[in-house]
Amino acid sequence: MKARLDRETIAMRVAREFKDGDFVNLGIGIPTLASNYIPEGRTVIFHTENGALGFGPIAVEEKDQDIDLINAGGQFVTPLPGMSFFDSAISFAMIRGGHVDITVLGAMQVSEKGDLANWMFPERGIGNIGGAMDLAVGAKKVIVAMEHNDKNGKYKIAKRCTYPLTAKECVNLIVTDLAVMEVTPKGLLLKEIAPGWTPQEVQTCTEPRLILSPELKEIEL
Amino acid sequence: MAVNKVFPSFAAAVADIPDGATIMMDGFGGEGGMASHLILALRDHGAKNLTIIGNTVGTSGFGTKVGRDFVHPGILVKNGQVKKAIASFPVSRSPSNPTEFERAYIAREVELEMVPQGTLAERIRAGGAGIGGFFTPTGVGTVVEKGKEKRTIGGKEHILEIALFADYALIRACKADKLGNLAYRGTSRCFNAIMATAARITIAEVDEIVEPGELDPGKIITPAIYVKRIVQRPKEG
Amino acid sequence: MAIDKVFPSFAAAVADIPDGAVMLIDGFGGAGGMPSYLITAMRDHGAKNLTVVSNSLGLPGFGTRSEAELVDTSILFANHQVKKAYASFPVPRSPNVVTPFIEALRRGEVVLEVVPQGTLVERVRAAGAGIGAFYTPTGVGTDVENGKEKKTINDKEYILEYAIKGDYALIRAHIADRLGNLVYRMTSRNMNPIWATAARVTIAEVDEIVEPGELDPETIVTPCVYVHRIVKRPNKTRGTEA
Repeated sequence: MKARLDRETIAMRVAREFKDGDFVNLGIGIPTLASNYIPEGRTVIFHTENGALGFGPIAVEEKDQDIDLINAGGQFVTPLPGMSFFDSAISFAMIRGGHVDITVLGAMQVSEKGDLANWMFPERGIGNIGGAMDLAVGAKKVIVAMEHNDKNGKYKIAKRCTYPLTAKECVNLIVTDLAVMEVTPKGLLLKEIAPGWTPQEVQTCTEPRLILSPELKEIEL
Repeated sequence: MAVNKVFPSFAAAVADIPDGATIMMDGFGGEGGMASHLILALRDHGAKNLTIIGNTVGTSGFGTKVGRDFVHPGILVKNGQVKKAIASFPVSRSPSNPTEFERAYIAREVELEMVPQGTLAERIRAGGAGIGGFFTPTGVGTVVEKGKEKRTIGGKEHILEIALFADYALIRACKADKLGNLAYRGTSRCFNAIMATAARITIAEVDEIVEPGELDPGKIITPAIYVKRIVQRPKEG
Repeated sequence: MAIDKVFPSFAAAVADIPDGAVMLIDGFGGAGGMPSYLITAMRDHGAKNLTVVSNSLGLPGFGTRSEAELVDTSILFANHQVKKAYASFPVPRSPNVVTPFIEALRRGEVVLEVVPQGTLVERVRAAGAGIGAFYTPTGVGTDVENGKEKKTINDKEYILEYAIKGDYALIRAHIADRLGNLVYRMTSRNMNPIWATAARVTIAEVDEIVEPGELDPETIVTPCVYVHRIVKRPNKTRGTEA
């Protein structure tokens, strides 16, 4: 088996999408890790659904942990100058109203049209929608960060999603442990691949047909 | 007589909640925004057939320090008091760690109306603001749109969502004055500040009660008009 | 690079506003919530065929100690820059006072849509919050319901009102930090924080600009995500200004 990128490296690649001054909302898991890799010289302001903007990194030390300063994943975060707080209605007004530049979400499945399924495994019989539907519909750019295939090696990038949808045609960019793909009207455009992998190998791990970018290159960090 | 909304105990503050009441609670799900003492008093009070509206229906270990736990709406489910939940995050992230609500739901003891978090916030806000319903793009093309009116506005598909209003809201704030003005702390504001507006009777559990004029008007997030009862939490030991 | 949204002048802050723009302006009608310097800069800039969304459309002497201290949207009507207005309180209480708006209406330059105040606020808020339309009980059984869809929800009648989105919002706040977080002062808050959410570009006229971290996060009313440009008024004192 060839080596795939680890979660930290996926997060590092995602963080390269953040531009100076962007307002960014990170989902739970790999997306949250992206906050550790903001490119030097750029200021990124983080938003969290539970009502804060402009907070700092995860509070690791117990003495810095404050139950009144958490992110939407329930993790403790730290204060930063310029931070603000607001209620959930305002928080989601920001999201749905198109004021958040980028959201990075995990996914169970993404279709070639950019449909996203990330809230429920049908076999469990119940799941959590949480803020994912609003983020998928409202953010200006939706990036999915995930492993290319599931634990059993099955397709997560599919012709169509078989799990319950979070939103239709909402994903702009998919960053995985094998590749970076842009969702285009013609299909998925393969733009970058992991070191040591060929486009054909990535294609065999992907259900829909990939369009090879003329500028296809190795993933750059 | 001067207005004074302070109640002597959590038990007294929830004593009139009848069976079948619709109650908003839970802040966001973490310890900071949770009206734990009011929820405990409601458990002891014992009102049945409740409909609870909240972001979660009780998730252990969320937004609290390792090894700590706190009272959340799960205890009402465990005590058989809940008939229905309207929530966006009703179960734990991991199926290997099922909540009280998940067990009850799978056993068909409770009903669930699942609502996207932003739609939940907006429905509660609408209830408090006298708005009957609104058209949102969230949920279009998903299970959420089932049975709902759809229409295209400005070239974009929307679905109609109806306002939520409760009989009671159990909320958590940081400080109150005796008139019922409330200030919150950090991310514990979340759903508390909107639930406060959307119930017939809003009961606030607070860390500290001060005289009118002692709260900076610039920090008052919930004006007194929304708050009917205030109870002070015991000081943390 | 550190974010700094401060503009050097009111003229520079409004320079790119094109003809035909939809402008959200005016806190409530009084001097306290009025972005007077931005409005003056708009007049000097001269963009035409504007749509103005505002509580009032110019009220001489309202909320001021003297008529002279209030510059409001009147100067845009006097300068023939406005073709459409949404407002809840468009004319003075006295029928004897003729404002530049009334003159423009009489000249046939401007079309007016009168909107109940709460509905006006809610329509603009809806645009900022990504809500397409909503059902409100305000206006049922009045002229306001003419031509609008009605619906009964839980035994109560409502009318359907649509969101109003702006291209630019000119707002007035008390203190800003350089990131664009805003606080207001007392009753001069009113529509300003709502207008701030619903425009492509929001420009704030403030009394004072501070560094990030100097505003208490619990008191920030408009988070910086909504604010694109900040300009400082020449006179910093507030509440005591003559």
